[in-house]
Amino acid sequence: MIGIIDYGAGNLRSVYNGLKAVGCECRATSDPAELGSFAALVVPGVGAFAQAMARLRALSLVDPLLGFIGSGKPVLGICLGLQILMEASDESDSGAKQDGSTGLGVLRGRVRRLPGGQKVPQIGWNSVRFLTRDDPLFTGLSSGAFFYFVHSYYVDPEDTAVVSCRCTYGADFAAGIRLGNVHAVQFHPEKSGRNGLTVLRNFGRLIER
Amino acid sequence: MHVKRVIPCLDVKEGRVVKGTRFVDLRDAGDPVELAEHYDREGADELVFLDINASHEGRATIVDVAAKTAERVFIPFTVGGGIRTVDDIRSLLRAGADKVSVNSAAVKDPELIRRAADMFGSQCIVVAIDARRKRSGEGVSGWEVLIHGGRIQTGLDVLEWVDKVQEYGAGELLVTSMDADGTKGGYDNELNAAIASRSSIPLIASGGAGELSHLRDAILEGHADAVLAASIFHFGEYSISEVKSYLRQCGIPVRIEEGL
Repeated sequence: MIGIIDYGAGNLRSVYNGLKAVGCECRATSDPAELGSFAALVVPGVGAFAQAMARLRALSLVDPLLGFIGSGKPVLGICLGLQILMEASDESDSGAKQDGSTGLGVLRGRVRRLPGGQKVPQIGWNSVRFLTRDDPLFTGLSSGAFFYFVHSYYVDPEDTAVVSCRCTYGADFAAGIRLGNVHAVQFHPEKSGRNGLTVLRNFGRLIER
Repeated sequence: MHVKRVIPCLDVKEGRVVKGTRFVDLRDAGDPVELAEHYDREGADELVFLDINASHEGRATIVDVAAKTAERVFIPFTVGGGIRTVDDIRSLLRAGADKVSVNSAAVKDPELIRRAADMFGSQCIVVAIDARRKRSGEGVSGWEVLIHGGRIQTGLDVLEWVDKVQEYGAGELLVTSMDADGTKGGYDNELNAAIASRSSIPLIASGGAGELSHLRDAILEGHADAVLAASIFHFGEYSISEVKSYLRQCGIPVRIEEGL
């Protein structure tokens, strides 16, 4: 059973539908006490960084989520679910608390705004270059595959070895990371047609049976 | 490579697609979900459902269409037509729509754009604008915003309205030329270029597609980020993949997946 963390950050339904479509059992959850019982977790997300972190804190989900990551079971961050893995974000938010720009800190580095010179947010399809051949999340896909993006910010990890794939929009940026059991992508696999469903299916296969 | 998008528009009335469809792979050509799946298979980048003559009672029907589509189609889709309130928007997004488009209600109450963008994020708020060239007269130029399917003049200047909706938090513009719509004579590229030159959000061009070159021109001359069309796809004149192959030949970046 895959848990989809429900912290009020949108598009849960699409992720749920996508996982169901590839035969994965899944369920939304916002209960810190039950996170550990899932075989894998998806951290979805659309919206503002500071609000997402504030919601995770308000729901007491931060420590259980970090605990789950530490357990070695598969985790998939999507879009904002990738960004909050970083230490901090440049995204300013008028409603932010003082610590609103502080992320989970699973990865060292910041979240930065896409450069000007083209329309921001990036809305639409873009091709993604896979940096390794052996990332199990991308099994069956070719480098250059298209995925659907909706974002104004991107992650800039200090350790570039964690970057699993890259994309170009005005500038070159990390479209995905992998750190052991933690996988995360800037694009939306649940909205990226057949390629996206392949990513979700691959993620489901990471669960040890 | 960020690509230009090709978007078929499905007109839906009481849960059924109203324009004729001639696809052999459909069991029920009037079923919006089947048609959506067909376009997804053909390589559509997104879909737009336009709920025509949406009555208050009819809202539940389009919400149901959105929910069923979201279970079976995994590309982004927008629902528009008759959306009046933040509650309308919420119910469609919850059902699985990725974006909603607002038109007449935004003209009557521009704060609707701001409230919706604050609540759900700009990325899911598309403002649809029906534009008509101002009638000729001394010193008259530009385009006027029409509402209620083009039946009512507002006196609003399209370019001023574009500035305003961006300020209010619109995430995308869906601009239909009421002069070109239904003519199959091409998009109003002058209108689209004028809008594109002063907006920082994506522009979806609509109205007038009849030939492949019209879609090319909407991108190259009208500077549209996406092209929307209805009848050329529904009547099988061109498939999505034919359009995309053509655009690629013209040097326009598009999404063509191997094996599709």
